[in-house]
Amino acid sequence: MDSLLLTPAAITQSTPEQLALSGDWTARGLGAIGQQLDELSVSARLAMVVDGSRIVALDTAGAWVMQKLLRSLRGEAGVVRVSDLRPEFAGLLEVVGPQPVDQGVPAVSKRASTLEHLGRSAEAAAAQAIALLGFVGEIALAFAGCVTRPARLRWRPILYNLRSAGFDALPIVGLLSFLLGIVVAYQGADQLRQYGTNIFIADLVGLSMLREFAPLITAIIIAGRSGSAYAAQIGTMSVTEEIDALRTLGMAPLDILVLPKILALLIALPLLTVFADVLGVFGGMLMARAQLAVGFGEFLDRFVKAVSVTAYLIGICKAPVFAIIIAVIGCFQGLRTRGGADSVGRQTTRSVVQSTFLVIVADALFSVVFSALDL
Amino acid sequence: MRDEKRSAETVIELSKVSTRFGDHVVHSEVDLQVSRSEVFALIGGSGSGKSTLLREMILLQRPNSGTIRVLGVDLQDIGDDEALALRQRWGVMFQHGGLFSSLTVKENVGLPLREHTRLDDALIDEIAAWKLAVTGLKAEVGAQYPSELSGGMIKRASLARAMALDPELLFLDEPTAGLDPDSAGGVDQLVRKLRDLFGLTIVIVTHDLDLLWQVADRVAVLGEGKVQGIGSMSELSQMDHPAVRMFFDGPRGRAAQAQERHLADLEAGRKTVRPSSKAK
Repeated sequence: MDSLLLTPAAITQSTPEQLALSGDWTARGLGAIGQQLDELSVSARLAMVVDGSRIVALDTAGAWVMQKLLRSLRGEAGVVRVSDLRPEFAGLLEVVGPQPVDQGVPAVSKRASTLEHLGRSAEAAAAQAIALLGFVGEIALAFAGCVTRPARLRWRPILYNLRSAGFDALPIVGLLSFLLGIVVAYQGADQLRQYGTNIFIADLVGLSMLREFAPLITAIIIAGRSGSAYAAQIGTMSVTEEIDALRTLGMAPLDILVLPKILALLIALPLLTVFADVLGVFGGMLMARAQLAVGFGEFLDRFVKAVSVTAYLIGICKAPVFAIIIAVIGCFQGLRTRGGADSVGRQTTRSVVQSTFLVIVADALFSVVFSALDL
Repeated sequence: MRDEKRSAETVIELSKVSTRFGDHVVHSEVDLQVSRSEVFALIGGSGSGKSTLLREMILLQRPNSGTIRVLGVDLQDIGDDEALALRQRWGVMFQHGGLFSSLTVKENVGLPLREHTRLDDALIDEIAAWKLAVTGLKAEVGAQYPSELSGGMIKRASLARAMALDPELLFLDEPTAGLDPDSAGGVDQLVRKLRDLFGLTIVIVTHDLDLLWQVADRVAVLGEGKVQGIGSMSELSQMDHPAVRMFFDGPRGRAAQAQERHLADLEAGRKTVRPSSKAK
């Protein structure tokens, strides 16, 4: 709306020694003045006159450009006189003028070579791994302290976390594992029907859900849901100096913020996994009846025979390990937050990516170990 | 510095502004006028609604009733384009700086120029660096991120950003809160310098008695939802209202007043020595 009222700043050179400035010499009016400045031809050794009578408006940006123009003219032409400038504009020009052109040392943005880049990120990764190791050590110490003096343990945050990370996650964990059970049964149904071995659907669903899918999907959901929340909460607290405040009040942040989260998740994740087991198998069971005409009774009969308690326990015993990974990574990344809002976002992303990654790596390691142990 | 009449025209005009949060009445029928090129301060106890009034002036919040005119524009039913144009004519310095943590200080200052003008990047960087210099920051600060700055530097950088588009009107929310006396004194001088250099109209929300005595031309005291007193500090010091007395009685109030008298005496005695320590 206002731009309609703007007259763009302009420079006209009527004679070689006459420059006339006109229009709005303001931040918004200057626009493309740079090009006009470049096009000026100044013949040396002439006394230049800069006519400022037709300048409508001037602000510091305009004055800055004008001073630049005058400086370059003086450099080339020698004597330069500014004429007919309104007194208030002249005043502003003076304000801008004497400022030293101190731009500091321009930050030399060295483009790092690929090798250097690789080296730096490797170094950062190594430093972070060592810091993580140190953090695990600190947690172990704090935990040992809590074991020897149980009064140090804070039950209220543990219970709170148990609710927020455990109970509140029941619907989403239940729904997703139910759907996963359906998908697994659906995918298997075709193959089993071809061989007429419909009843093995119970083996397929039971073993895959209990051993692998339920623990993994639960851990991944919780990493996205609670791991990120841990990182964001602790990160924001460290940005707003709340962590420092805790320290100065003689309350160890590890005791208050980190240990309760780890302990709560240690309890919640196995329980959630059991819940996911039940709903996953239920999903498979529904699908078995719909696609393969395997009734609930038949399914459960076969399920008890096919799936040993060991298979069930193998799935459950992964959960505490996943819980520790998620809580430790979330808290660790949160505590590494430095600076402002930007950093909180970055650390939260890192916590989710790393905990998901490590959960899957740990799951792979479990598979290797279990197959070596013939379980 | 547009070509306009720069007489004692009214820049901000509030009439019968009332604000409520639920049942809690923050303002009831507040009337205020701020004239061009004056330094106007809003003071009042905690919870007296100073900051709310400031937020209403800068279009961050709407009053429940009453009209607010800023730079001749009625804020009540302002359109988006008008609001945008108006926002470019004022600068706001927030209490905690409000600098974007993902940008360097220089990028923060240059941001309004990048957003609203077509100037090229090199020129914007130069202007941003100069604005930082005007607010008393060293050139190397420009390359730093807000999280690396001290409280005083953040305030200065924030002021530089508020000044980026050469506003006619500057709003400062607690410009000296959390600063050491020396930096706070620096802000006093900076505000005066800006007003003298650019003829700015400045609205300050503050608790800082020194700032009030040294810089403010007129001061409005808010209390119980109304303006309890308005005038220069020395005029206010004659008033009896308890909300006003709060700023003059008590050791801090007296110290700041004494300091002002001391300064006035010095100036009368044509000594231009400025005491470096502040009574804070």
